[in-house]
Amino acid sequence: MKLGPLCRLGSLAAAAGLVALIAAPALAQAPTPPAPIPNKGDTAWMLTASALVLLMTVPGLALFYGGLVRTKNMLSMLIQVFFTVCIVCIIWVIYGYSLAFSEGGTFNAFVGGFSKAFLAGIRPDTTAETFTDGVVIPEYVYICFQMTFAAITPALIVGSMAERMKFSAIVLFIPLWATFVYFPIAHMVWYWAGPSATVQAAKALASAAPEAKAAAQAAMNAVSANAGLAYQWGAIDFAGGTVVHINSGIAGFMGALIVGKRVGFGREAMPPHSLTMTLVGAALLWVGWFGFNAGSALEASGTAALAMINTFVATAAAALAWMLAEKFAKGKPSLLGGASGAVAGLVAVTPASGYAGPMGALVLGIVAGIVCMFFCSAVKNAMGYDDALDVFGVHCIGGIIGAIGTGILAAPVLGGTGIFDYAAGKIADYDMIGQVITQAKAVCLTLVWSGGGAAILFTVVNALVGLRPGTDQEREGLDLVDHGERAYNY
Amino acid sequence: MKLVTAIIKPFKLEEVRSALTDLGLQGMTVTEVKGYGRQKGHTEIYRGAEYAVNFLPKVKIELVVPVGSVDKAVEAIIRTARTGQIGDGKIFVSAVEHAVRVRTGETDDSAI
Repeated sequence: MKLGPLCRLGSLAAAAGLVALIAAPALAQAPTPPAPIPNKGDTAWMLTASALVLLMTVPGLALFYGGLVRTKNMLSMLIQVFFTVCIVCIIWVIYGYSLAFSEGGTFNAFVGGFSKAFLAGIRPDTTAETFTDGVVIPEYVYICFQMTFAAITPALIVGSMAERMKFSAIVLFIPLWATFVYFPIAHMVWYWAGPSATVQAAKALASAAPEAKAAAQAAMNAVSANAGLAYQWGAIDFAGGTVVHINSGIAGFMGALIVGKRVGFGREAMPPHSLTMTLVGAALLWVGWFGFNAGSALEASGTAALAMINTFVATAAAALAWMLAEKFAKGKPSLLGGASGAVAGLVAVTPASGYAGPMGALVLGIVAGIVCMFFCSAVKNAMGYDDALDVFGVHCIGGIIGAIGTGILAAPVLGGTGIFDYAAGKIADYDMIGQVITQAKAVCLTLVWSGGGAAILFTVVNALVGLRPGTDQEREGLDLVDHGERAYNY
Repeated sequence: MKLVTAIIKPFKLEEVRSALTDLGLQGMTVTEVKGYGRQKGHTEIYRGAEYAVNFLPKVKIELVVPVGSVDKAVEAIIRTARTGQIGDGKIFVSAVEHAVRVRTGETDDSAI
């Protein structure tokens, strides 16, 4: 076994009940199995998946959003997404990865620590565990894969405040939100001690002599407790329904409320300037999402294949459902409806992709398409908020449908996979009601943390640099005012 | 010389052009324009947002013809641009005082 920082979690330390320490001292006490070697197939897939998730953001999300704004704000949309990717990549390697995926000491339930800041101790032969005991991938590829998630999530938010938020405010808000909201939420939902520590502690407990039971049980409890808050509750989120979509959706909603409506909202026409680009963007999102969802298996495995087929089925179903609902509600099915439905389906299937069966994903997609369409038209119009690109209606609502739906559809009786119990080494008995309640708790945690956090951060940024350009500048368009260039020079 | 200005539905442009060329009329200027007459506009819906679009895309053809060709040209445009639906467009005929071909300096009828 190479030394301490090897596994993403200081897991062996946990096995010895020394939660707060790094692995090295524990090695002397625990029998050490040979260090697992990454499988080249897994590694190749995860390298590919990481690049696919980047494709979702640039150019996918950038074009999807860009096509939806008016010509005068096209570049502002592209650059806001592009900037977000670049800045988050940098803070991810400096401290973001460490805050999300390292052991956090006293505040471990909420956020990680700084033990991996500047990627300390990580080398090409350092590994991170997948979800299977004894299977690892190079830690660098795990860092890259998670980096792309950290990059797309804040980029989703900017759609809510599209066409009316100063670039300087974006530049300040994005790193703050990533730091105080994304990294902690990712830690709360995804950080755990890992399969090998859990399995070893369970084995030690099973084989412990009667007088050592108490100590073994304490060690087991310590391993279980070495996880984020939502993970400890038992909430499941395969690829980021809460971490990515509810998280960004509610932040965008707060942004739309705090920044306020666009000048002329409700009185002037603000039609999308290029639905062609929006469809290109949506299609790139769909393709990239295979990296996002199937990659979240962390292995080139059957679970990845399940996530892939679910990502096909739910997306297609949601696109059709949205268009059909439009046909009945407004008389005509629209391309924008189809593209929005596809994204809503992708969002909803994200947490369920590795748990639901394909028929479950089909139902989930239909529900997401119809409910999100209702939110983006009826509810939004009734409440009168200007969520410019429907980040709330698609990502937050779609994410909630997905998170709650995962609790239902993961049930083996509905064709789901159930939840693997690492301690018992088998699929656990499934308690659907209990799981749905747990999922709802994780949703509420995210809504409160991200909604509250975003509200505070928007207020802070407003005090520091101001959120909005002047009315004349907004009418002129952010492309010229903030960036001194135009998207189209005919 | 007369200036014939015809505002027609964009998809009728090719038929109109071909009919005018068959009459032996050489050259025209085409502009993409927006406007409305009795047709008024239509409604566009983007997700929840409904917009009444008043100005519809049209094509404006301008050609200058000798006085003797005006009726034929107008008749050809009417014949080819008409769909019978509201929004088929309008034709205006006005007088032109003078014309010059830049390359040769020819004037009036020989310049068009």
